[in-house]
Amino acid sequence: MPFDVAHIRKDFPILDREINGKPLVYLDNAATTQKPRPVIDAIARYYETSNANVHRGLHALSLRATEAYEGAREKAARYLNARSPREIVFVRGATEAINLVADSFGGDNLAEGDEVIVTALEHHSNLVPWQLLCERTSARLLVAPMDRRGDVVIDAYERLFSRGTKIVAFTHVSNTVGTVNPVADLTAVARERGVPVLIDGAQAAPHVRIDVQALDCDFYAFSGHKTYGPTGIGVLYAREGILEKMRPYQSGGEMVASVSYEKTTFGALPHKFEAGTPNVAGAVGLGAALDYIRTVGLDNVAAHEHDLLEYASKAVAGVPGARLMGAPKERAGSIAFIMEGVHPHDAAMILDREGVAVRGGHLCSQPVMDFYRVPAMLRASVGLYNTTAEIDALAAGLDKVREVLG
Amino acid sequence: MSDLRDLYQKVLLDHYKHPRNSRRPPRSSHSCEGHNPLCGDRITVYLMVEEGRVVDAAFEARACAICTASASVMTETAKGRPAARLEGLFDTFRAVVGGEPTAPGAAAPPGDIAAFSGVSDYPVRIKCALLPWRTMLGALEGRDESVTTE
Repeated sequence: MPFDVAHIRKDFPILDREINGKPLVYLDNAATTQKPRPVIDAIARYYETSNANVHRGLHALSLRATEAYEGAREKAARYLNARSPREIVFVRGATEAINLVADSFGGDNLAEGDEVIVTALEHHSNLVPWQLLCERTSARLLVAPMDRRGDVVIDAYERLFSRGTKIVAFTHVSNTVGTVNPVADLTAVARERGVPVLIDGAQAAPHVRIDVQALDCDFYAFSGHKTYGPTGIGVLYAREGILEKMRPYQSGGEMVASVSYEKTTFGALPHKFEAGTPNVAGAVGLGAALDYIRTVGLDNVAAHEHDLLEYASKAVAGVPGARLMGAPKERAGSIAFIMEGVHPHDAAMILDREGVAVRGGHLCSQPVMDFYRVPAMLRASVGLYNTTAEIDALAAGLDKVREVLG
Repeated sequence: MSDLRDLYQKVLLDHYKHPRNSRRPPRSSHSCEGHNPLCGDRITVYLMVEEGRVVDAAFEARACAICTASASVMTETAKGRPAARLEGLFDTFRAVVGGEPTAPGAAAPPGDIAAFSGVSDYPVRIKCALLPWRTMLGALEGRDESVTTE
């Protein structure tokens, strides 16, 4: 099917809305994406026709709900090219996935003097859990540096490894300057040394093809709501062998095999990591979102967004006083920039009055702000439904910012 | 919702583009840092209080237009006043940015405080406007920890 953005926009009801009397120009997709009609319908249909608790009911609806939930797990496994749905743990989002690994894997495998490696590009969600883990276990957190372009310095990353390195965690795509990390290379460096790898795919899943087997990573995390699915659902992929050895993260119902006052044995994968009644409707919605992306074609999406980002980089660079942050070798999802003499908060607010939604602030990445020596940035992040006309509206909005505050 | 120009009023923009008392004074009797974790704004407020009176007030900020202008107006208005009156001045300012109706017959807010009336239409920006003031009161209380908007 040829890629037709006008056709795609019709699938997203919210895009028809006006904001402050202007057509909505939604360029905050890295924060969360809008939802297509098939996702909204799948959630409604689930509640209208199939709602029940999963995995233990003997009645028809419970079986139907279980099928819907496990069907979504299969879709997630296919999206990441996992070997089996047993390697897919449903979580609330990428943040919970990373916390699960830091707590369960990290807590059992780190001791005083051990080391965790992250990169200078991380979102707080792939930094703070490791920081807390290191505090708890008296391990050390090492940060692989990046250059001004926003690319990780591979030699320096490689030099951080030692015998004490117990896990490496890095982002696939940066949520600030949009760097696409060479994740296969970064993973290979760690795997050669027998070090497990976690990849934060929150900003990658909606934009680039992911193949966890080809990457050979141990953990891969992403969020449903940044991938055209609902909030409150996300995926942790984990290699089966490593998942089997890990302690449960939370405990209670759903995740047990047998319970007595003396001893509890835990259920099979992946249920061992899904305590309590899961977000069934969320999983169903996520499954519908992954189907939607597959129907549109991820390669089509990537090509369209690549063109948009190229166009946006030029458009923003052409606004007097605007300065792009970083120029990574490969970019996906977002561009970050500043306006000389204008705080991003003020700029974002004036853009909002023009109907243009962007993010302004530290973007949950304060170390990245420190690296570029700015308190905050503006970020325009694209999705499959954005158009060059919307980028023009952004540029016009930035002219308006100059007019009001310049 | 009101026009953007109600928020970025001329007087406010003037304080943003030409902030008064934006400097680090050689001496101060009280100082405090404040920051807004939401946007990364940072400010340091310096006061020189002699015999209970504010003889100098200054600030250094890396902040948005609303926060910077607020600090400018605040230091301008605070200077020369008894330190004990600053809390009352803050109440006046807070009422203005909170959009509280002024009591009939009440005196107009001092200095350029009235220029902030448009902020009340933008709840997320009220914190930006209040940060310098909370920081100033933190300095007076002798707080060691930095003040935050949260």
